[in-house]
Amino acid sequence: MDGPGRDPTTFPPYYHEAYRSTVRRAPRQPLISVPHTLSEITGPGPALSAMGAQDSDLTTNMGTGGEAIGERIIVTGRVLDDHAMPESGALIEIWQANAAGRYRHRVDDHRAPLDPHFLGYGRCTTNNDGVYRFITIRPGAYPWQNHPNAWRPAHIHFSVFGPSWVSRLITQMYFPGDPLLPLDPIFNSVPTDAARARLIATYAHDVTQEGYALGFRFDVILRGPNATPFEPFATTHHARR
Amino acid sequence: MTSRDLTPSQTAGPFFHSGLLRDPLNTLTTGQTQGERIRLEGYVYDGDRTGVSDALVEIWQANAAGRYRHPADLRPVPLDPAFVGFGRAGTDEHGFYAFETIKPGPVPFDTHTTQAPHIGVCVSARGLLDHLRTRVYFDDERANSDDPVLGLVPEPRRPTLLARRRTVEGQTVYRFDIILQGDQETVFFEL
Repeated sequence: MDGPGRDPTTFPPYYHEAYRSTVRRAPRQPLISVPHTLSEITGPGPALSAMGAQDSDLTTNMGTGGEAIGERIIVTGRVLDDHAMPESGALIEIWQANAAGRYRHRVDDHRAPLDPHFLGYGRCTTNNDGVYRFITIRPGAYPWQNHPNAWRPAHIHFSVFGPSWVSRLITQMYFPGDPLLPLDPIFNSVPTDAARARLIATYAHDVTQEGYALGFRFDVILRGPNATPFEPFATTHHARR
Repeated sequence: MTSRDLTPSQTAGPFFHSGLLRDPLNTLTTGQTQGERIRLEGYVYDGDRTGVSDALVEIWQANAAGRYRHPADLRPVPLDPAFVGFGRAGTDEHGFYAFETIKPGPVPFDTHTTQAPHIGVCVSARGLLDHLRTRVYFDDERANSDDPVLGLVPEPRRPTLLARRRTVEGQTVYRFDIILQGDQETVFFEL
């Protein structure tokens, strides 16, 4: 019942020198592999998605009555488990810079304007087919201090709660054809071309709405607990009756 | 589909607060919650023993009776209608975090073995390309010596997983520092 752990062809190493903030924050001791017990195969996802209010239109959810400035986009996709089965009720929270590349955050000192009508945060839960959908604006690139003339490619941060503690994921979605991608140490911390490609949304003309917004598709594949993990607990329960 | 198709992780970066901490979630209890009230608090430190001021600490735990609020926990142990078991806190400028919660009950390891009371912890931050997982155990629990997961940890490193109990103005406080790197580096788990 040992977990599959972090596949080194998919997940970035904690220590990635080109991304300077990892140097004093990455653990140096090896991770210790633990089996999936009830503490790992449960998780807050189901309870959180039952409580979570839908707040999926970032172009208006600042609540000012005005609309965010920028190129309006629809970001949609499916959340699946590692057997390609849809995860219904997954909670997705996103956050992003505005169209000028500025976050509504006290430590963001980039000299770009805040948008009075853009909060930069949204949340929703997946439906029975595992589908989520956000309306937002395309975020801008922005400079950061990692190295000379460093610019983050446009991205949207994703936080996902699937059904278990094992399936928790925080990641970033990028846009196709962005010339900054080959230069970005965070994107390139992902070790293989194939895995990096899974972080890039695809332009989806079938999602694009005429006269309204461009469509992008981004699927998220979560780790699941190992095979039939809670069977022993259910069996115990019945055997005691 | 294989594990090779999973979506890779990326750092939460420094700007997650307005999104992930808009609604405070560091008090897990209400007046009706059953169990021993505790405060779980500590600092997140980097390899220079500087407080990490932009970390996100998330916890997941069973209720006082040892039941998880989750469809996979099918045991005949009561749920507490006034307790979910999830908490989320950001660190302050000194790297400090705190939760108001209850001490969880023991939960099974397998059909024959019980785990000592513990709280699952997930740490995200700028500079962490994936979250880190650890567990809080309680230093005054005798069951720690038989815990099968603590047993997987080399003995000299086990103290990094023990929250230290003290009483402050009548309240039980457990202190649990998370040291990302260096001497006394916290044990992190691969699930």
